Amino acid sequence: MVELAAPSGRGRPRIRVERVAAPSRLASALVPVVSIALALAASGVLLLAAGENPIAVYRAMLRGALGDRNGFAETLVKTIPLLLTGLGVAVAFRMRLWNIGAEGQLYLGAIAAAGTGLYLVPGAPAPLLIGGMLVAGLVGGAAWGLIPGALRAFLGANEIITSLMLNYVAILFSEYLVHGPWRDPSSFGFPGSPALPEAADLPRWGTTRVHLGLLFGLVAAALLWGTLRRTRWGYEVGVMGANPRAARYAGMPTRRTILAVMALSGALCGLAGMSELAGIGHQLQRNLSPGYGYTAIIVAWLGRLHPGGIVLVAFLLAAILVGGDQLQSSMGLPAAIAPMLQGTILFFLLGGEALVRYRLAWGATVPSRDPGGRERA
Amino acid sequence: MIHDERSPAIEMRGIGKRFGATAANADVDFVARFGEVHALVGENGAGKSTLMSILAGLYRPDAGTLAIGGRPVRLRSPREAIGLGVGMVYQHFMLVEPFTVAENVLLGQERAGPWLETGAVERELRELGERYGLAVDPRAPVWTLSVGEQQRVEILRLLHRGAKILILDEPTAVLTPQEAAGLVRTLRGLAADGFCIVFISHKLDEVLAVADRVTVLRRGRVVGSVAAAESDRRSLARLMVGRELASLVERPAEEPHEAVATGEPVLELAGLRAEGDAGRPALAGIDLAVRAGETVGVAGVAGNGQRELAETITGLRRASGGRVRIGGADATNRSPGEIARAGVAHVPEDRLADGLIGGMDLAGNAILRRYRRPPLARGPFVVARAVAAFADRLLKEHGVAAPGRRTRLGTLSGGNQQKLLLGRELAGEPRLIVAVHPTRGVDVGATEAIHALLRAQRERGAATLLISEDLDELLALADRIAVLFEGRVMGIVPAAGADPERLGLLMAGVDGGGVAPVRRVAVAGG
Repeated sequence: MVELAAPSGRGRPRIRVERVAAPSRLASALVPVVSIALALAASGVLLLAAGENPIAVYRAMLRGALGDRNGFAETLVKTIPLLLTGLGVAVAFRMRLWNIGAEGQLYLGAIAAAGTGLYLVPGAPAPLLIGGMLVAGLVGGAAWGLIPGALRAFLGANEIITSLMLNYVAILFSEYLVHGPWRDPSSFGFPGSPALPEAADLPRWGTTRVHLGLLFGLVAAALLWGTLRRTRWGYEVGVMGANPRAARYAGMPTRRTILAVMALSGALCGLAGMSELAGIGHQLQRNLSPGYGYTAIIVAWLGRLHPGGIVLVAFLLAAILVGGDQLQSSMGLPAAIAPMLQGTILFFLLGGEALVRYRLAWGATVPSRDPGGRERA
Repeated sequence: MIHDERSPAIEMRGIGKRFGATAANADVDFVARFGEVHALVGENGAGKSTLMSILAGLYRPDAGTLAIGGRPVRLRSPREAIGLGVGMVYQHFMLVEPFTVAENVLLGQERAGPWLETGAVERELRELGERYGLAVDPRAPVWTLSVGEQQRVEILRLLHRGAKILILDEPTAVLTPQEAAGLVRTLRGLAADGFCIVFISHKLDEVLAVADRVTVLRRGRVVGSVAAAESDRRSLARLMVGRELASLVERPAEEPHEAVATGEPVLELAGLRAEGDAGRPALAGIDLAVRAGETVGVAGVAGNGQRELAETITGLRRASGGRVRIGGADATNRSPGEIARAGVAHVPEDRLADGLIGGMDLAGNAILRRYRRPPLARGPFVVARAVAAFADRLLKEHGVAAPGRRTRLGTLSGGNQQKLLLGRELAGEPRLIVAVHPTRGVDVGATEAIHALLRAQRERGAATLLISEDLDELLALADRIAVLFEGRVMGIVPAAGADPERLGLLMAGVDGGGVAPVRRVAVAGG
């Protein structure tokens, strides 16, 4: 219980924040919808203040992101890395492992895939080459995730700090590669690796930029859903996330599961890096990711750590990103609109969550709590 | 502030406090004077902490009146209590670890001006510390202090705020013997200076060493208030255990236990040692055996090693010495999983912390012990249909009142949670059951159901180690009762025809030798 205002004066009512015993399912389901509506309304006020008609802006965004084949395709393109990294952090979050190193794991996946495609098996036929890069991306991301995982499992180091710091290491390592040993000799000094062999390009959907990575993401979501729901391992992850002491009591292998979850988390993020590389960039270059690994945290929470929810939210946020980009060309608005919307949505979502779990109560009584810590039947 | 030295420091009359269906305090009269150390004793759950929390302004009584220094008051908050000179040192200290001692003392004090007058406070703290033997460096950050020093800070903080009535909730539980002796000197000194000290404890030796007067609570009622000089361990133990024990000697006729069980020993403990959470010895060499078809009860006042005993046997705590054998095979310091696989069921003391997952549904809780094995598991998969069938059967067999297996466990009552937990633990026909307070916080109906389950297990041939603070429960279920005191087995007595008085004395650490004549004791209240 959090005391908001506790005047000890005579007869003044108190406002308390109380935990709700069981949040209702309906309320839980409504929160994201209502949050997004409120966020649009609040952003609308800001847009009005900036002298724009919010309805027109939102309509332009909608048209830009979903209105035609091209916009829709671009939205799907952006969905891919958000979906894969969102799934990656969600699997860790489910076990209360706060992996915020998705960005670094994405970069390591891309670096490993690029190294494989450029230097390890450059001449292989397409299926073998893409398969090799796929494995390399998974392994690279997993290895990067395992570092904070092992530090946590064996030394109890806080994975929030370690995984975050490793992001900078990974990004700077890729900078080093594209400026140094992997720089394309024919690039006139511009940073960037040589282009990957053509066989490494992920197949595309028609003339759009939508590539095979979308399939990776959807398959990963389905597999993850099945694993969490239908396997012994998924059950263990759930128990460890909800009550680590009960997991120990039941004899579950806590350390091994921490390692496995962090490896899986990193592997999914690494796959995002590989698919960005082989599907979009075709070379290792600077600014491979505009922060997908951080947006992934929002995706995972908004999707309630549920693979199906994450698919929807990744698509939604991608649409906001693409729609926001389009505003630049169609209405001459700053590109900052999209991140602003994202921020307000998250703000309202977290506020909505709090209202589902807690309620305001008026009155002067202190809720009874037995000092001996005993429960009552 | 009001301190009329002639009026009692504290006068509580007819205090009642209920938590749900439990009466924590009923019609309690409690009077303490300035210049005395007044001990409040009783077993865990006797209502000591509730009564003192009412005095400290943390809870409001449902009935009764309270006067401090002769003036009737109604306390609304701890802040009001401290304003009237009443302060409490809780078992869990309320200190901000990165802050220094002086800063902690200043915390929450309303002083004029925006500046922290740490210099003046430091000087005052040094003076207070010297005067009452509460030496601690006012500039030291709290995290650098030992537990004993932190306790001194808590006391200094109350003194600095002008408290004249100090309540200490089991203050020696966290102290070394030397620190405890120092605390006793401090409290005597404070009483000599006119403070009123209320000292909550269940360690009788200590109470007799420090207190002028002793009030005994049992089941929320005052059963006696005596001068320490006119009582001894034996008479206090008798009061603590209570006179209703007489009725318990006649065992209910419904369950005639055969004499001593003749099965093979299932659990054997030899010289078992383990450390408590604070790193001090909690088990000091336990020798005990439980045979198949036998229930051995473990009695004792809380905090004498019961929890550590259960945890060490079930692999949740490391044994620092000695041996645990289960079914003849060594099981010392095996993992909790290995021990469970050896056929050991565990009903933990705190079911929601250790044994159940409040945020999961009932099905998820039901399969905790067997999700790895067929028919619930097939290869790496969990078979949803088998899980549903198993969970439904468990709920039905044990009469767990719940809408269904998809219900979140946390929404169930304690009794239903416990029925589910017991059902789960006993479903595997364990050869050894370690049950800690299996009916704590559980309603009467569920208590009966749980007792019936444990009896059925005994008849099936399971060995049971039943740890309980409830003597009635032990006498009803156990074949033999071992009494723990300070991590040792004080004695083992057959439950049939056990003398409750002797059990009470063993629990108080009095060796069960000859029965000396007991002095008359003035009995007040319930």
